[in-house]
Amino acid sequence: MIRKIAPFLLILLLLPLFDSNSYRVDVLCTAALYALLAIGLNLIVGFAGLLHLGYAAFFAIGAYTYALLNLRVGCPFWIGLPIAAFSAGVAGVLLGLPVIRVRGDYLAIVTLGFGEIVRVTVTNLEDWTGGPNGLLGIAHPVVGSYNFGVDSKPYYLLLVVLVSIVAWACTRMARSRIGLAWMAIREDELAAACSGIDTARFKLLALGLGGGIAGLAGCVFAAKQGTITPDSFDFILSVMVLAMVILGGLGSVGGAVLGAVVLSLAPELLRSFSTYRMLLFGIVMVLLIRYRPQGFLGASEIRRELKGGHGSA
Amino acid sequence: MSVFQIFLQQLLNGLTIGSVYALIALGYTMVYGIIQLINFAHGEIFMVGGYIGLTVLVISSGLPIAASPLFLIVVLIAAALGCALLGFCIERVAYRPLRRAPKLSVLITAIGVSFFLQNAVMIGYGAQDQYVPNPLPMAAWGKGGITVTPLQLLIFAVSIALMIGLQLIVYATPLGRAMRASAQDPLAARLMGIPVDKVIAVTFAIGSALAGVGGVLFGSYYSTINFHDGYLIGLKAFTAAVLGGIGNIPGAMLGGLLLGLIEGLGAGYVSTQWKNVIAFAVLVLVLLLRPRGLLGERVAERA
Repeated sequence: MIRKIAPFLLILLLLPLFDSNSYRVDVLCTAALYALLAIGLNLIVGFAGLLHLGYAAFFAIGAYTYALLNLRVGCPFWIGLPIAAFSAGVAGVLLGLPVIRVRGDYLAIVTLGFGEIVRVTVTNLEDWTGGPNGLLGIAHPVVGSYNFGVDSKPYYLLLVVLVSIVAWACTRMARSRIGLAWMAIREDELAAACSGIDTARFKLLALGLGGGIAGLAGCVFAAKQGTITPDSFDFILSVMVLAMVILGGLGSVGGAVLGAVVLSLAPELLRSFSTYRMLLFGIVMVLLIRYRPQGFLGASEIRRELKGGHGSA
Repeated sequence: MSVFQIFLQQLLNGLTIGSVYALIALGYTMVYGIIQLINFAHGEIFMVGGYIGLTVLVISSGLPIAASPLFLIVVLIAAALGCALLGFCIERVAYRPLRRAPKLSVLITAIGVSFFLQNAVMIGYGAQDQYVPNPLPMAAWGKGGITVTPLQLLIFAVSIALMIGLQLIVYATPLGRAMRASAQDPLAARLMGIPVDKVIAVTFAIGSALAGVGGVLFGSYYSTINFHDGYLIGLKAFTAAVLGGIGNIPGAMLGGLLLGLIEGLGAGYVSTQWKNVIAFAVLVLVLLLRPRGLLGERVAERA
């Protein structure tokens, strides 16, 4: 099935590159960025069942890592990209080390606290991060003699490539022993531990990989904008990405992408309502969940659990 | 000012804001205790409470009755009733249809409600800060370098009275018994003839009323209110609830007061810029040492 529709999907995805309306391409670019974040968070929340409310922190770490490397030592984008992903991944593991034994909603609040700590620290370390004014003049990516510049199209292409690679890798991982271990932990941590799964290691792996993906997204974001401020990494971002993952269906990679596309396009589609836009967006979110509580594409493995009425966290 | 006086002053300021946090934290903890939902819209209800208070104060500003300090009681009651109704409606329209849905999905509903309320207020009142007239415009009392405003004392008095009242409702009335039973085991409670849905609705209404009162107190204390205020204060109150042990009513009070104290002292001795970091760092530390919060009981992993 997926093989048959893949070429059409690809054409559809690449069509915006020939669209002359830069606003539309920019909106899609944002959607793709959110898709990357949603896939990463889905690893943590959907696969490993760790409710994380500070995901924006990893995005921020990725963005600031590239921005600082670029501004201080002139590091080019293509070298900054893996370093940003790596440092956000390390941050994920480091955060995980102390909090791995905190569970459920308590984990949620610790990660929320972590997210706020990172944001306020970035705001206050003015010598390094420019404080609330942020950092300016971050270099755009360059390939040979071609500079990506401010046009959204090359970034859209780059993000489609990144989303495809990451989505493919995550889908493969979900079916591997690692994915099975994550799902075992999510469904019943005690039983998983008793079956010989090193739960701490697999949780850290999920946090590290999820953090790394957010780092990638942060790096692309910083390079595209050329400017970053702490405002871009607030709690609302963490919550929106989480909403995308849940709406798409926990544990489904395709669902995460779908959720990201729906929730990032909806406010744009409502733009004609001007001031009432976000008000209506709130109603749309309430209604979507009202009629589709399990999300668009919930993973079949967790369907059983959803029917029972128990949450996974 | 001596070192000790500064300490006392910061302590006092911290306790004032802490008692507002405690009022809001109570709503979080009550709702969580009964349906295990982190009601992210709760901070917005607090904010709406502040705006109801502002509206009543502004409308009545010319009337002779408004000059009396007792008028503040009317304002508080108006906000409490308005927010109770709002909380009741939100539960009915948004949360009740999802009673059997997965817990995380309801989180999206809460975020949606939150967006709705924020933007409704923004459209109604504008995005700029609104000035809240001081309902108790009397001189502050100062002694030995420490100043206490009548408003600060009132915030204390109202918060403590409400907390005692809530404690009485929960532990000494049939309604409270029904609430505790529904929290412990909804199915068994239902079998014993307790109208669990009604109890949940009333829990929402009570929690929202407390948040509404908190909103008025907060607005008068800082003299301004903004449609964005619900977000950060809500987050802090939620933190306070978790700090004390979520689902635990005395825990929420303790957590709120402690958080206020930590912030007050942090702002006084370290820097105001870092006060939020200090508050969250303490929270993380407490949870690492006591994963169930300060007064939280050990409960089964999947309650």
